[in-house]
Amino acid sequence: MRRVVITGTGMVSPLGCGTEVSWSRLLAGGNAARKVTEFEVEDLPAKIACRIPFGDGSDGTFNADDWMEPKEQRKVDPFIVYAMAAADMALADAGWKPESDEDQIATGALIGSGIGGLEGIVEGGYTLRDKGPRRLSPFFIPGRLINLASGQVSIRHKLRGPNHSVVTACSTGAHAIGDASRLIALGDADVMVAGGTESPICRISLAGFAACKALSTQHNDNPEKASRPYDADRDGFVMGEGAGIVILEELEHAKARGARIYAEVVGYGLSGDAFHITAPSEDGDGAYRCMQMALKRAGLTAADVDYINAHGTSTMADTIELGAVERLVGDSASKISMSSTKSAIGHLLGAAGAVEAIFSALAIRDNVAPPTLNLDNPSVETKIDLVPHVARKREINVALSNSFGFGGTNASLVLRRYKGD
Amino acid sequence: MSDIAERVKKIVIDHLGVDAEKVSEGASFIDDLGADSLDTVELVMAFEEEFGVEIPDDAADSILTVGDAVKFIEKAQA
Repeated sequence: MRRVVITGTGMVSPLGCGTEVSWSRLLAGGNAARKVTEFEVEDLPAKIACRIPFGDGSDGTFNADDWMEPKEQRKVDPFIVYAMAAADMALADAGWKPESDEDQIATGALIGSGIGGLEGIVEGGYTLRDKGPRRLSPFFIPGRLINLASGQVSIRHKLRGPNHSVVTACSTGAHAIGDASRLIALGDADVMVAGGTESPICRISLAGFAACKALSTQHNDNPEKASRPYDADRDGFVMGEGAGIVILEELEHAKARGARIYAEVVGYGLSGDAFHITAPSEDGDGAYRCMQMALKRAGLTAADVDYINAHGTSTMADTIELGAVERLVGDSASKISMSSTKSAIGHLLGAAGAVEAIFSALAIRDNVAPPTLNLDNPSVETKIDLVPHVARKREINVALSNSFGFGGTNASLVLRRYKGD
Repeated sequence: MSDIAERVKKIVIDHLGVDAEKVSEGASFIDDLGADSLDTVELVMAFEEEFGVEIPDDAADSILTVGDAVKFIEKAQA
């Protein structure tokens, strides 16, 4: 199979608009959690979230008008706007602008979302109920469909290759990057714009995720303490929003045009728990097999892994993942650093795996493991370095990024430093 | 311009994001103002809402310009 590398990244995260600003704030210990003020939350069990910093576009703020005309924004849910922004950034970062027929047909899009335009669907429901079917906008459907992130990005940038999307809850972003890498490896495309996007912060979403007991509800008065993976006082995840997009490229294609290479995508694993709709299997077997498959595909062993970007949502499932990792790495546990960046940016659901894959690539680039914030009192003992509170400078050549989703859907990506071989 | 024409013009400017001077009476939504077929459906809905009139689908199909819309609404409200 052909080799696949990452040659561009773009990101809208709760820490900022842009990959580098998000990354530098993450390493500095930035924490995006805060009380939600944009809509009524007093009757909701979870009143906090990690929102992206909206503003005029300066100092890392996100100004939607910079990325999509206001009249076009009106027709779509924000998850599409975030994807357009992150895709613009990633393509510019990679220096890839397909203009010939050949280049356009060799470039595709595979962007997923966990739940898509939930808020717009709710509004559409109100319109149908209160005003009748004749008042429903012709943009109601195309503005909400999950694959319209790929669709809109492909239309703007004339990407005429494979056009696809992923919907696997919180594994979406990782599956999108893994599947897009496969399309390149098999020769169906030379370049893929891949990742995940999500705009879930609205009343029905906070209410729904709280109803299935997934959200933190005990830290509403102290939002920055709420996302605390592995800590004894964790009580659920903090919802985040944003998008992460990478430019994946066949290695020789990237070399031929002198592209800068962040890392090589060497491994991808997928598995199903076949256990429960929201809870992971208690023995962590699905997670274990997923990581194992990714390492096997990479031709690596657990002893080669330097850094793991954990799924680590700050729920009871954290220790199940940790147990699966300990089983995987065995005697190498003390050599591995593993952190959950959800402690800083919350859980971006369908965008999480993509944003975290980018953080993993940057961990390799800069030889630094980002921190797990709020890890004051680990709930279990482990020999694995969970990178509490502050980033750790260390050699990182191989990084593994985990994502696990409702329905028992698991994805792991393995990235390796590209050394010019 | 009549009051109806002014209100139609404002809706067209808001929905299509075009400059006011381009929105002349003879301007075609699709050929001159950059609308696509879905935009024109939404424009007709906005006219219905603003003027409290019902524009049946076959009538909507014949509303291609700013002037067409003004004429239809004037007639419907007469």
